Amino acid sequence: MVAAEIAPERRRRSPLSLPPGAWRLALPLVVLAILFGVLIAIHPRGLAVASMTPWANQAVTLAFVAVGQFFVVVTRGLDLSIGAVLALSNALASELVSGTPLEIAVGVVAVLAVGCLCGAINGVAVVFGRIQPIVATLATGAIYTGLALIVRPTPGGDVDEALSDLLTYETFGFFPTSLILLFAVVYLVWWPLSRTVLGRSLYAIGSNESAAFMSGLNPKRARLLAHVLAGFFAACGGLFLAFQTLSGDASVGFSYTLNSIAAVVIGGASLAGGVGTVIGVIAGAYLLRTISTIMIFTGLPPMAQPLFEGLVLLAAVSVGAIEMITSRNKLKVLR
Amino acid sequence: MIVIGVAGPSHRLRAVTVSSTNASHRAVGPASDGPITSAATGRSADAGGEFVSLAGISKSYGGTNALQSVDLSIRRASIHAILGENGAGKSTLIKVLTGVVRPDAGSVTVDGEELAVRSPATAAAAGIACVFQELSLVPDLSVADNIFLAHGTGPLGFIDRRRQRKAAEALLRELGSEVRPTDIVRSLTLSEAQLVEIAKALAKRPRLLILDEATSALGEQQVGRLFQILRRLRDEGVSILYITHRMHEVDTLCDTCSVFRNGRHVETFVQGTRSPDAVVELMLGRSVSQIYPPKPAPAVGPPLLEVSGLTWDGRIDKVSFVVRPGEIYGIGGLDGHGQQETLLALFGVLRNVTGEVRFDGRPVQIGSPGRAKGRALGIALVPEDRKSEGLHLPLTIANNLTLSVLNRLTRFGVINGGRQRRLVDELMKRLQIKASTPKAPVSSLSGGNQQKVVLAKWLACDPRLILLCDPTRGIDVGTKAEIYGLLRRLADEGAAIVLHTTDYDELIGLCDRVGIFYGGTILRELTGDDINERNILRASFALADDAPIAEGVH
Repeated sequence: MVAAEIAPERRRRSPLSLPPGAWRLALPLVVLAILFGVLIAIHPRGLAVASMTPWANQAVTLAFVAVGQFFVVVTRGLDLSIGAVLALSNALASELVSGTPLEIAVGVVAVLAVGCLCGAINGVAVVFGRIQPIVATLATGAIYTGLALIVRPTPGGDVDEALSDLLTYETFGFFPTSLILLFAVVYLVWWPLSRTVLGRSLYAIGSNESAAFMSGLNPKRARLLAHVLAGFFAACGGLFLAFQTLSGDASVGFSYTLNSIAAVVIGGASLAGGVGTVIGVIAGAYLLRTISTIMIFTGLPPMAQPLFEGLVLLAAVSVGAIEMITSRNKLKVLR
Repeated sequence: MIVIGVAGPSHRLRAVTVSSTNASHRAVGPASDGPITSAATGRSADAGGEFVSLAGISKSYGGTNALQSVDLSIRRASIHAILGENGAGKSTLIKVLTGVVRPDAGSVTVDGEELAVRSPATAAAAGIACVFQELSLVPDLSVADNIFLAHGTGPLGFIDRRRQRKAAEALLRELGSEVRPTDIVRSLTLSEAQLVEIAKALAKRPRLLILDEATSALGEQQVGRLFQILRRLRDEGVSILYITHRMHEVDTLCDTCSVFRNGRHVETFVQGTRSPDAVVELMLGRSVSQIYPPKPAPAVGPPLLEVSGLTWDGRIDKVSFVVRPGEIYGIGGLDGHGQQETLLALFGVLRNVTGEVRFDGRPVQIGSPGRAKGRALGIALVPEDRKSEGLHLPLTIANNLTLSVLNRLTRFGVINGGRQRRLVDELMKRLQIKASTPKAPVSSLSGGNQQKVVLAKWLACDPRLILLCDPTRGIDVGTKAEIYGLLRRLADEGAAIVLHTTDYDELIGLCDRVGIFYGGTILRELTGDDINERNILRASFALADDAPIAEGVH
C-alpha cells in the first residue's frame, strides 16, 4: 500500500512519557501513596486500625463534595454553592435522620432529595436562566446557607447512633466502612453513567460545547445533570458529616467549597473543562486531608496549615506546565 | 432512533436495509470488517428520485439575508456540488439542513415527509450527517469517542468501548488514516482531525451526507481515497452534498452543480454542461478575465533568504532552498512531509533547529517570532489555522490589525489613537476588507475577510520575507483572486514570498519556482514550464519520471 510507504513518521513519544493525559491521574495517586507512607511513618500508632479508620473517615466528606464539584467543573462550570448544599443537608440530617428505622430511611432519602433539588435549581438557573455558573451558584449558595441556618440556628441536633457506628467504624474488623461507602456510592452512580452518551456528553460540552451540539448532543440536559449530580454528592457529604459528628452545623459549608475546588484541581481535572477522572478527584481530596494530618503530627502550628495547603495547590497546578516545558514546538505551548 | 448495533456479526449488519416507510431503523456504525456501507443499501430501485427538497427557505441574521426563498432539490444516488463565493449562503444552507439554525420561513422535506428540524439531533435521526468545515470534534476526548459521540454502540444507548474502538478503527483504516482510535483529538494535526471528522459523519450511515470543504487540509492521496468511498456511497443510493472551492474536485466527483450567490439559488445544471469560466461567472455575477496575475520574468540578483541543511526533530531533514526578492516560491507535496514545520522553523517557532539560514547574505539565528518579525529581519508568517493562530476572534478588526505593530503606534507605552485609526483605514482600503466598521469583532467577518485581516496584520509590519501557510484555504474564488493579485504586487514591490499550499493550481498559477517536499526534504525543485500537475504529482509521490501515476490519485 502506497500510503504506508509515504506516510510521514508519526510524532514520537519519549520513552519516559506516559500516554497523553495519564499523568493527570497517575500523579495524584503517586503523591497520595507517598504522603500515606509518610503519615504511617510518623503516626504514633503506625499502620493500625486505630490510625486508618480516622484517616479514611476524615476525608470522606470532602471526597463526596469534590466528586460533586468535579461534575460541574468537567462541564466547564464551577459550583460555589456546593458547601452551602453540604451545610443544608447536614443541618437537615440532624433533624430527620433519627427515630425508627423507617423514619431514618425516609430521612436519608429526604436529605439526598433536597441535595438533588438544590443542584437542579442551580442547573435551571444556569441552563434556562443563562446565568454564568459562578454567579448563579454564588447567589443560590447564599440562599441555601440561609435555609440551613433556619433549620439549625445553632450546632446540635440528633443523628441515629447505630447507623453512625455502622458507617464510621470498620468492616470485617479492619477495613474502614466509610471508604466502602464512598466507593460504592460513586461506583453505583458514575460507573453506569460514564458508559452512556449522556455521561460522555458531560466531558464533551466541557471540552467544546458547540462541537458537542453540532454532533447531536444535548448540552442543556448534560449541564443540568452535572448540577444535580453536584447536589446529590454534596448531600452525601452532608449526611456523612452528620454521622461523623452526630450533629448538624449550618456554618460548615464555606471551607468545603474552596477545598472541593482544590481537590478537583489536585486530582488532575482542568478548570477549563473536559478533562479529569473521578478517581483522581477522590485522591485529590485524600491528598489534601493527609497533608493536614501530617502537619498536625509533625507539630507544625495549625496557623501555618493554609500556607502549606496553598503551596501544594500551586505545585499541583504547575505540574500542568510540564507538558508545555517539554514541548519542542512553541505553538503547542500556547494552546 | 433504534440502534441496531455496530460491530456485531457482520452478516447481520450488512443485511440492514431501510425501506421508505421504516426510516427509523438505521444502524449506527459500520461493520467492523466490511467496507463502509450506507444505511440506504437496497434502495437503489428509486435511485435518482428526489430525496430532500427545500422550499422557500429564508433566513436572515440581523439585517443581512443569508438565504432568500431558496428552493433546492437533492436527488438520491447523486453527488451534488454547491458552489458559491463565501457569503453566498452555503454555510447557512448547511446549518438549516443540519438543524444548527432554524429557517425564518420555508420547509424541508425528507423522503416525502416534512421535517421539523429543531436540533442537530433531529437532523441526525432523519439520516442527515455533515462533515463540518470548522470541525465538530471535541478536543479532550479520544478519536473513537468523537466518532461515536452522540451514539451509544451497545444495547440501550450504553457505550461498548471495545465495539466502538473496533468500528472506529475500521472506518479510519478505510479512509487511509494512521490515527489510532485511542488518540486524543487535541494531539492530531489538522488533516488528521479532518479525516476523523469525515469518519464521524460516515459512522452515522447517513442517507444525506454533507461535506463542507471537507478536503481543505487533506493531501491528494487522502482525497483520492475519500472520493472512492463517496462514489461507492452514491452507488448505494446515498445523496451527497459537496461544498468546495476547488473546481477540479467538482469536475472529477460531482454529477450535479447548484450555484448560490448572495443568498439565492442561482442555477442548477448537470456537471460538465458549463465551462469553468461560465461557472465562475455564475458565482461572481460578473466575469473574471484571469484569476492568477501574469508571472514576471525570473528574478535575478542576490537571494534574500538562503536556507541550507535545515533539520529539526526528524521531521525536517536537510532542507535547502533560496528565495530572491520579487519571487513567489511555492512549497508543495503531500500533506505532512515537513512543509509546515519548515515555515515554522523559519519563523523561530521551533526549538533546536539545526542548519544554516542566511538572510541578506548574513548568517542569522531566528530564535523567536519576536526576532523574526523584528526590524533586523522583517519576516511575517501567515499561519495555517487563522482562527487559532492568526486572529483574536473576539477582538475588533482594528485591534487585530494593529496587534503586531503596536510598538510602532505607541508613545511612552501609550497607544496613539489617531495613528492607529489611520493605519487601520489604510490597511482596510488596501486589502478591501468588507466590514461595516473597524470596531466590529473579527469573528463577525466571513472567512475570506478574516483571512484578509490576517494578511493585513502582517503587511502592517512591511515585511521583507512573507511566509504563508495555505492562505486561501476555504476561501471563495473572488477573494482568492484578490489575494493572488496582492501577493504578486508585494513581490513586485520587492518582498520575497514563500507560499505553502495544498492546492496544485496555486503552485502552477502563482509561483515562480516550486519546491516539492517528500520525507522532510525538498525532493525536487520546479521552475518555469516544468511547474505542471504531472511533475508536481510525480515529485510528491517520489516517483521516477517514467513511472505511472497510481489510479485514484486525483
